[in-house]
Amino acid sequence: MTTPVLQIRDLKVTFTTPLGPLVAVRGIDLDVHPGEMTAVVGESGSGKSVTFLAAMGLLPRTATVEGSVMLDGHQLVGASPKLLRSIRGRLLSMIFQDPLSALNPVHRIGAQISEMLRAHSSMSERAARIRAVELLEIVGIPQPGDRALQYPHEFSGGMRQRVVIAMAIANSPKVLIADEPTTALDVTVQAQILEVIQRVQAQFGTAVVLITHDLGVVARVCERVNVMYAGRVVERADIGTIFDEPTHPYTRGLLASLPQAGVDRLVPIAGFPPNMLNPPTGCAFRTRCEHAMDECSQRLPELEQLGSSMTACIRAKELVGR
Amino acid sequence: MLRFVLRRLAWAVPTLFLVTFLVYVALRIGTNPVESYKRINPRATPAKIQQYIEVNGLDPNYVRGYFRWLANFVTLDWPRSIKGSREVWPQLKDALANTLRLGAAASTVGIFFGLMLGIYAALRPGGRRDVGVNTAAFVGISIPPYVSAILLQLVFAVYWSRWFGATLFPTSGVYPPGHTGFNLFLMMKHMVLPVTVVAIQIIAVYARYMRSSLLDVLSSEYMRTARSKGISERRVLFKHGLRNALIPVVTIAALDVGSIVGGLIITENIFSYPGMGKYFLSSFGEGDFPLLMPWMVIIVASVLLFNLLADVSYAWLDPRIRLE
Repeated sequence: MTTPVLQIRDLKVTFTTPLGPLVAVRGIDLDVHPGEMTAVVGESGSGKSVTFLAAMGLLPRTATVEGSVMLDGHQLVGASPKLLRSIRGRLLSMIFQDPLSALNPVHRIGAQISEMLRAHSSMSERAARIRAVELLEIVGIPQPGDRALQYPHEFSGGMRQRVVIAMAIANSPKVLIADEPTTALDVTVQAQILEVIQRVQAQFGTAVVLITHDLGVVARVCERVNVMYAGRVVERADIGTIFDEPTHPYTRGLLASLPQAGVDRLVPIAGFPPNMLNPPTGCAFRTRCEHAMDECSQRLPELEQLGSSMTACIRAKELVGR
Repeated sequence: MLRFVLRRLAWAVPTLFLVTFLVYVALRIGTNPVESYKRINPRATPAKIQQYIEVNGLDPNYVRGYFRWLANFVTLDWPRSIKGSREVWPQLKDALANTLRLGAAASTVGIFFGLMLGIYAALRPGGRRDVGVNTAAFVGISIPPYVSAILLQLVFAVYWSRWFGATLFPTSGVYPPGHTGFNLFLMMKHMVLPVTVVAIQIIAVYARYMRSSLLDVLSSEYMRTARSKGISERRVLFKHGLRNALIPVVTIAALDVGSIVGGLIITENIFSYPGMGKYFLSSFGEGDFPLLMPWMVIIVASVLLFNLLADVSYAWLDPRIRLE
């Protein structure tokens, strides 16, 4: 196996809140390999976005980050603002959830893209403008020359997301983090955007981390899946394994609640995600798990190999096949 | 844009007619100009009174009277003041110039420092400097101009001369009594205290506008996008943050400056500053209809003009706004 381009080890993110410390990410390990499309799946509040905002150094001041994030030989946790700045947009860039608000309304599209280019190279203003138009063409925007002179409000949601992608890949980053890139878009547009992401991934050899709560999206494009729950990775496996032989009860719950052809009834996961100010002891999912026993509250389950998956459930082995 | 401006200017004309008519009616009901004339000139002959009614358009029928007044006004055949002695325009022109000078100085100083303080506070929301600026702004807004004016006069004129033997800043007028001709230094010295009084209010208000506007912008998604590009924090703030945060503030500023032309009544009176506010109070006190009407027209026109300016500046700053 190749060496991972992004290696996260025992990452913890704590927010200081008026109600006390909130541990949003509770020690996760995660590898992203070059050119690979990795999914991070979980409900809102499971810590999936926070993990990668921490890697980008974009968390608010109230956040404390511990652990290790290695990107291409650079340690990002505790890195100087200067180092982080030189990495953001060059080696590591991010696509945000809502393309409607992710672009600055008062600057022209072309200028917003060329700013990204010029932030990390000595490219001239003119060369950057020309490159920006090329990038718009790569992400499939018709008449890119004219469009580059327009403002964000003159673009539809899907087109704006293409612009955000063009901006994110401008410097051919090693890793592209796509934080729910299709959530705010119509279903028909979602497929197009995923296709654009796949295409630029192939063209630029960028590793993509797709953060989503939509397993349907994952099934379409990803190779490896990390399922997160309450700030922990609870299961990690190849896409086929996840769908065919899920091992963690939470992953099974997610799959059962997914609309599928031939299945009449969706089974929701009962209950609510835990309060992260005061998470349950032991396995965080036990409060909603139909297989929970006393032992589940005793200790925090670690990821362990089970068949071709890594799973963090002490009963996983006996539950296989059930 | 040009078409928009022209159309708005075309609309301003009927608006001006309508508003001046309403003002005309209000002044006639409020001051009873004919009675005022008789009170000020007790020995006026019926012929004199009739002439005053004629030239001022004080016909018992308001509509007919208004058009009579309008005809004289637009042909620049302005009647003299109620005492019949003074031409109106020279006085009004001086008052307008004095107020514009005071207003421009106070607005510039006030808006500049207000914006600076607002930005300073917004960069560390909830921090010590934010609390400091907020408290100061709250105090500044809460102190009425007549209190701050009197305090400043006490400190810089009364106590200062007791401590150091001479006043630091004069407390009234534009020039010392008896001075003639133009003298920039003297003029500025006389403006320090009134400008300070007006600027305190403006600083306080704009610090709060700017703070909340910038806080709004700072928490928006595109600021995170800007940071994710790896550009300097300074560039993020100035290029992406301030430009957006200024849009609402500039619009409000244009409207505020428009209303300052008639709005410094209290300050001008305390400092005996011969501007539009003082002009208004003295002519209103005498029911001086020939002085009051042109004053009203200028106030209305300036509000209309600055409204237009607000719209244009908004469209200029925000590409999402199209003026058509």
